[in-house]
Amino acid sequence: MSSRLDNANPIIYQSQEEREILPEDEDDNIEDKVDSREVFDLIRCINDPEHPLTLEELNVVENDRVHVNNEENRVQVEFTPTIPHCSMATLIGLSIRVKLLRSLPSRFKVDVVITPGSHASEDAVNKQLADKERVAAALENSHLLEVVNQCLSKRKNG
Amino acid sequence: MLEPVCTLDGHQETVWCVAWNPSGTLLASSSSDKTIRIWGQEGDHWVCKSVLMEGHQRTIRSVAWSPCGNYLASASFDATTGIWSRKEGEFECIATLEGHENEVKSVAWAPSGSLLATCSRDKSVWIWEVTEDEEYECASVLSSHTQDVKYVTWHPTKEMLASCSYDDTIKLYKEEIDDWTCCNTLQSHQSTVWKVCFDKTGSRLLSCGDDKTLKIWQEYPPGNPEGVVTVGSDSAWKCVCTLSGYFNRTVYNVDWCHTSGLIATAGGDDAICVFREEECSDKNQPSFSLVTTVAKAHLQDVNCVAWNPKTPGLLASCSDDRHIKLWQITGL
Repeated sequence: MSSRLDNANPIIYQSQEEREILPEDEDDNIEDKVDSREVFDLIRCINDPEHPLTLEELNVVENDRVHVNNEENRVQVEFTPTIPHCSMATLIGLSIRVKLLRSLPSRFKVDVVITPGSHASEDAVNKQLADKERVAAALENSHLLEVVNQCLSKRKNG
Repeated sequence: MLEPVCTLDGHQETVWCVAWNPSGTLLASSSSDKTIRIWGQEGDHWVCKSVLMEGHQRTIRSVAWSPCGNYLASASFDATTGIWSRKEGEFECIATLEGHENEVKSVAWAPSGSLLATCSRDKSVWIWEVTEDEEYECASVLSSHTQDVKYVTWHPTKEMLASCSYDDTIKLYKEEIDDWTCCNTLQSHQSTVWKVCFDKTGSRLLSCGDDKTLKIWQEYPPGNPEGVVTVGSDSAWKCVCTLSGYFNRTVYNVDWCHTSGLIATAGGDDAICVFREEECSDKNQPSFSLVTTVAKAHLQDVNCVAWNPKTPGLLASCSDDRHIKLWQITGL
């Protein structure tokens, strides 16, 4: 059995610095709204299912592709598979969705979609990721849940 | 106005489905917590009468009462359908129907009570015959849909079945020379159709889905005066009204009240909307207007709404927020 990688030689990108803590962040009198950097920090360290690299290092997720609307309680994340035929796109999307489901307040409506034009099966993957029933059923599948949890776990040699 | 009556707490996870028994005295609910709860009125209060556990290994996606009210069927992600018998207020699981390859999403009893339909992510719809000694035998496996089937429902009087799917279509089935066949495919929705239901007479269908619309379908039997083309003895079904612009996210559920004619919707925008057909609305081009909206009916997605079959204007809803709520329409 060959375990050929979808993309054997991905380009690796420089990670961002840690978020700088500003004085107002420590001030309890100032309302601390969820911002795009905060959401990005939740998903940047997700492991790629194929490579010992994070989604940030592969440029699959970027701060600029995270949109937060606090008034309407909406979070939208666009992710960019490294190649247009990446078979892992759904798994990556599911991992992002699960991470945000577990981390964000439940008032947020989360949409995880493929960056327009970056994948051959963009519509099919987006439809699947938006189907809450399929996502709920997938998370009751112990094998799939284990794979997702591996993507969400801290890297051993990280 | 839609006034809140009470909130029913007990489920530990997402509540997917609420269903009234035929006499409107009991409400059954099903949840990701793998339990079914039965709610009833004691004095002025609604209380949990029973918790049905140990029937399923995974999420219970939906529940349905038999027309006589003595049985409850439950559809689960564990690929089985449970049949519960109610005797002297106690529920007992009397059968587990196996056959679907994976998640069963919906179950429905035919009006006669002698047929049951189930549907699954395995893309199939199964029809089960109920024998006199309470055995359930598979009568037909229908594989017309090309993607997972979200919901099944029976015509209120005829032995006709409707299903809707992730493949964006609605299908109608009838029995023909000892076997069931798909006799109509209704296309108009632009994405997953989550729910389909008949009106009181069964000559109209209502559907909702991921394309954030509600659609009304009208039946045109052979030889109809409108001149709508039909094939053989089958009626044609035409989409005569699309309600859009009212919903910000997926419409997960819709229920057509058979006593008042009111339509209630449940959505991923946490809202419940109620619509009514306008007076002097044309059958072939009907118009519906919004009666009321409760914007934050629940704290999260509303998964299901159900009108009480006896008490006019009494509505039940359930949500990802684990709550069930009862509402009463007033001022109409």
